[in-house]
Amino acid sequence: MRNLSKIAIRNLLRYKRRTLLTASLVTIGVIFVLLFISISGSFKNMMVGQMTDSMLGHLEVHRKGYLASIDNLPLNLNLKLQAYQKLEGILKKEPEVEAFSPRIKFGGMFSTFVETTNVRLNGVYTDAEFKTVPLLTSRIIKGAKTLNKGEILIPDLLAAGMKVNVGDTVVVIATNKDGSINGKQFKVAGVLESITGPGGRDGYIHFEDAMAVLRMEEMEVSEVAIRLKDFGQLHAFSDKLERLLSGEVNKQGKPIYEVSTWEKLSPFYNVARMIDAMAFFIKLMLIAVVLVSIMNVMIMAVYERIREIGTIAAIGTRPGKILSMFVLEGLFLGTMGALAGDLIGGVIILILNRVGITFDFGRQTGLVLSATIAPFDVLMISIIVIFISVVASLQPAFKASRMEPIKALRHV
Amino acid sequence: MGLVVAENITKVYSVVATKVSKDYQSGEIAIRALNEVSFEIEPASFVSFVGPSGSGKTTLLNLIGCLDKPTKGKLKVAGTDVLHLDRKQSASFRGNNIGFIFQDFNLIPVLTVYENIEYPLLMVQNIPGGERKKRILTMLDAVGMIDQKDKYPDQISGGQKQRVAIARALVTNPKLVLADEPTANLDHKTAFLVLESMKKMRNEFQTTFIFSTHDQKIVGEAEIIYNLEDGELVGKQVKGGKTNA
Repeated sequence: MRNLSKIAIRNLLRYKRRTLLTASLVTIGVIFVLLFISISGSFKNMMVGQMTDSMLGHLEVHRKGYLASIDNLPLNLNLKLQAYQKLEGILKKEPEVEAFSPRIKFGGMFSTFVETTNVRLNGVYTDAEFKTVPLLTSRIIKGAKTLNKGEILIPDLLAAGMKVNVGDTVVVIATNKDGSINGKQFKVAGVLESITGPGGRDGYIHFEDAMAVLRMEEMEVSEVAIRLKDFGQLHAFSDKLERLLSGEVNKQGKPIYEVSTWEKLSPFYNVARMIDAMAFFIKLMLIAVVLVSIMNVMIMAVYERIREIGTIAAIGTRPGKILSMFVLEGLFLGTMGALAGDLIGGVIILILNRVGITFDFGRQTGLVLSATIAPFDVLMISIIVIFISVVASLQPAFKASRMEPIKALRHV
Repeated sequence: MGLVVAENITKVYSVVATKVSKDYQSGEIAIRALNEVSFEIEPASFVSFVGPSGSGKTTLLNLIGCLDKPTKGKLKVAGTDVLHLDRKQSASFRGNNIGFIFQDFNLIPVLTVYENIEYPLLMVQNIPGGERKKRILTMLDAVGMIDQKDKYPDQISGGQKQRVAIARALVTNPKLVLADEPTANLDHKTAFLVLESMKKMRNEFQTTFIFSTHDQKIVGEAEIIYNLEDGELVGKQVKGGKTNA
C-alpha cells in the first residue's frame, strides 16, 4: 500500500496545476459548507437558546387540551392542585431535571389610571422561574432583576406605549374562570426586553398575586416549564416523562397531562428545520462539486495514462492493484482538499468571531453571532468529501483496471 | 538406470507454437494476421522475427507474451499452455515468466531509474527488501546505469532508457524476454549497444531473448532469425548454420 500511495502521490504532483485546481475546488466547497453550517447553526442555537432559556423552558407540561387553546389562555383548562402535586412529585425525583416552574397564564387589562390596554401575564414563583429560564433576568433592561409580591415586570413595548416607568403604579384587571372581574394594583418593578417567539411580549407577576387577581381559592397551574441539566437529553426525557405520566387518567379514562418540547411550542422550530434542510442541500451541493471535479480529473488521468496502464498491466500488475492506484489518487486529492478546507474554514470562523457578526431578528437588533462548529461536524464533512472522492474515482479506476494491455499499449 | 531417466525427460522449450493462427475482425471482414505458424524456441536462444510492416511480428510477440490469444492452434510458453489462462492468471504468468522491452521504452515517468527496475519486484512478485535491492543493483551494474539510478526517465537519453527497460525486464528472472522493435527509436550506434547489452544479459542470465525488427542491419545480431511474410513463417536462418525455407 505504501508503494501504491507513493506512485499515486507522485502522479498527482506530476500535474501540479490540475491537482491544485481540483483540490482548490474541493477546498472552496468545504470552506463554504463549514461557514454555512457554523453561521446558520450558531444562529439556530442562539435563537433556540434564547427561547428556551428566557421564555419557554426546555419542555412544558399542560393539562391535556390546553395547548390546542393556548392562544386564548383558557383558565378552565388549568391543572388542579392534586394533578400539579403529582407532577411536582415526579419532577423532583427525576435526576435529569435541573429546575421547573409552575405558571398561571392569563389575559387581562393593564391600566395606568389614564390609559388602558390588553396584557398577557404569567404568574410565577420568582426563584423557580429564574432557575428554569435563567436568561429572563438578562431581559430586564430597566429596574431590579427580581420580582416580589405586589410587583410587575412589563414588556418594553407596553412600557413605551403606555409611558410607564419603573416604580409607577398600575392596575391589572382580569376576569376569572367564573366570569367575575377583579383588579389589583402593582408597582412596576422592571421593564422586559421584548423578544421574538411565544411569550416574548408577556408580563410577569408573582404566582400568589395571580391567584389573588383570579380569585383562586386553591392553587391551579396553566403550565409547568421544565429545564433539563442536559439539553441533549430533551427527547429522551420527554419520552420518559410521557411514560411516567401516561398512567394518570381522568374519570373518563383520558390522560390528564400533555408533555410538549419547545419544538412543539415555538414556530421557530420550523425555521430551525428549514435551516437544517438548507444545510443538507448545501452538503448535497458539496457532494456534487466533489463528485464531478474528482471524477473529471480521474477520467483525464486515466485517459492520459492509457499506455502507462498498458505497460504496468503487461509486466504483470494485477487489475486490483491498478484499481487501487487510481482510487488512492482520488482519495489523496479529496483528503488534501478536505484538510485544506477544514484549516482555512476554521481560520475564517475564528476571524469572523474576532470581528463579530451582528444581525437583527424580529424586533431584536444588534444580536452578536458567535459562529462555532462542532468537531463532529468538521469530521463528518471531511469524511463525506473523502468518501465521495473515492466513489468518484471508482469508475475511472475500474475502467483502467479492466483495460486490455494490448489495446492500451497500442493507444496513441 | 541413468540412461532411462534421461530418455524420460521431456525437453522444455521456451516457446512451442503449433499451427498458430490469429484473426482480427475489421468491421465485417476478418483479417488473418498469422496463418498456421509453427516453431520451437530453445531456452537461452537469441531469436529475431523479421519481416516488413504488417507481416505479423508484433501479433506473434503479443501471443507469446500472453497479451493476446490465438484464434487457432496450440501455444506453449515456458512449458505452460497459455491458451486457457484467464485475465488474472495471464497477468500472474507474465509477471513471473516474461519480461517486456518496448519500442518506446515505456518507463514509468514518476519513478526513478531505480524505482522503475524495482516496480515488477515490488508490485508483481513481492520480493523482500534485501533481495530486491541486491537484484536491482546487479541489474543496474549489468546495464551500466548505476550512476543514473536516481534520475527520472525524462533526465536520461533514449539508449539509457532502453537499458533501464532491459534491466526492468530481466530483474524478475524471467524465462524469456520479448522485445518488440527495441531499437526502432534509437540511432544505429545506440541500437547496437542496446543489442549488445541484451546479448550480454542472455549470456549472464541464460534468458531467452525474442525480438522483432524490420531493420536489416540489426537482424544480423540475432542467432536465429525467423522470416515472416503476410502472417506466414517463410524461413528460418541459424547463424553459422543452415537456412530452412
